[in-house]
Amino acid sequence: MNGFFDLPSDLQHSYLGLVGLHLREALLPVLAGLLVSLPVAQLCVRFRWIYPPVLGVTTVLYAIPSLAFFVVLIDYFGQSETTVMIPLALYSLVVLVPAIVDGVRSVPPETLAAAQAMGFGAVRRYFQVQLPIAAPAIIAGLRVATVSSISLVSVGMLIGNQGALGNMLYDAQIYHRPALAVNSVLTIAVLGILADAVLVLVRLLLTPWMPRKGTTR
Amino acid sequence: MNVLDFAHAFFNDSAHWHGYDGIPTRFTEHLTYSLEALLIAAAIGLPVGLLTGHTGRGGNALALIATAGRALPSFGLLVLMVIWIGLGMLPVMIPLVVLAVPPILVTSYEAIRSVDPSPVDAARGMGMPEARVLFQVEVPVALPLILSGLRTAAIQIVSTATIAAYVGLGGLGRYIIDGLYQKNYEKVVGGATLVAGLALATLAVFWAASRLTVSPGVRRGG
Repeated sequence: MNGFFDLPSDLQHSYLGLVGLHLREALLPVLAGLLVSLPVAQLCVRFRWIYPPVLGVTTVLYAIPSLAFFVVLIDYFGQSETTVMIPLALYSLVVLVPAIVDGVRSVPPETLAAAQAMGFGAVRRYFQVQLPIAAPAIIAGLRVATVSSISLVSVGMLIGNQGALGNMLYDAQIYHRPALAVNSVLTIAVLGILADAVLVLVRLLLTPWMPRKGTTR
Repeated sequence: MNVLDFAHAFFNDSAHWHGYDGIPTRFTEHLTYSLEALLIAAAIGLPVGLLTGHTGRGGNALALIATAGRALPSFGLLVLMVIWIGLGMLPVMIPLVVLAVPPILVTSYEAIRSVDPSPVDAARGMGMPEARVLFQVEVPVALPLILSGLRTAAIQIVSTATIAAYVGLGGLGRYIIDGLYQKNYEKVVGGATLVAGLALATLAVFWAASRLTVSPGVRRGG
C-alpha cells in the first residue's frame, strides 16, 4: 500500500485534513439538528396535536433526495459547505424528533410526580429528570443520524468539491487511481462505525444506572 | 430570477417534453431502475427478516448489518463499482440493492419481534402450523412497520438513483448532473423539482398502500 494515504495536491488537504473537514461537515448539522429538535420535541410532548404534522413535515423533508436539495440551495448559498450542511441538518430531524419525543414520553408519571413533590420547577425537572431518563432513546437516535450524516457528506463532491473525503472519488476517476476510491469508501465507513461506538460509550457514561450488559437496540 | 422562475422556464420549454432526453423518458427510466432495485432488495430482505424475526435468532448480527449499511457511503460505493466493473447497469444496481436491503431486513425483523406474544401463543394453542402463525398472525400485525422499512428503502433508492446519473445512469438525475456541467441552472432546478416530486409520490404510494393493506384493527391499536 505504497502511498495509500498520499493524496493528489488538487484536493488541497492532507488525508487527516480531509478527515477533519469531513467530520466537521457531518457533525455540525447533527448538532444543529439536535438543538432544533429538543425544543420541537418538547412542544410535541406538551401539545400532542402538533406531533403528527411535525412528523409529516420531517418525513417529507427526509424524502427529498440530497442532490436535489443541494442544487436548489446553490442559488442561495453558492457551492459552499453551508449548502451541504443545511439538508443534512434537516434530515437528522426525522430521526431525532421521534427519538426525543418517545424518550421523554417514556418517563413514568410517578417519577415526574416525585420530582414535583421535591420542589423541582418545570425547567429543572426537564433538565435533571426528563432528559437524563430519555438519554438512551436520544442517543439511539443520534447514532442513526450521525452515521447517515457521515456517509451522506460525500455527495457534496458533486456541487463543486464540497464532499470532504468524497472529493477523493473524483480524483480516483480522473487519475485512474482506484485505491483513492477504496480509501474514501473505507475511511467514511470506518468514521461512521467509530462515531457510532463513541456514542455508545457516551450513553454508558451518561447512564451509569443502566445495566451494562444486555442489548439496547 | 429565483428558483421558481428557473423551474418555470424549464417546464415551459417544449424541448424538454419529448425525445430520449425528454421528461417522460427520464421519468420512466428512473422509475424502472428504482422499482427493479426495490424488488431485488425486498426479495432478499423480506424473507430473511421475517424468518429471523419469527425464530428470534440473529438479532445482534442484524444490528451489525444495519450499522454497516448506514455507514457505507452510497455515492462512494457507486463510484467504486463503476471503477471496478465499468459503466453499465450492474455497477449501479449493486450499491442500490446493498443500501436498500438493511432497512428492509432490520425493520421487518424488529416488526415481527415486537408483535404482542399473546395472540401468537393463542394461534399456536389453536393448532396453527408455524407458517400460518407467521403469515396470518404476525405479518398482519407487523405490517405497518414492515411497510415503513420498505418505504425508507424506496426513498433511499430514488435518492441514490439520482446521484447515479454522475456515473452515466439515465433517469431524472441526468438533468441535475448535465445542468451542473453545462452551467444551465434552469435544467438543474427542473431536475431537482422532478426528483423531489418523484420522492414525494413514493411517500404517497406507501401511505396509500398502508391504508389499503393494514387491517383497521391494527391501525387503531397502533
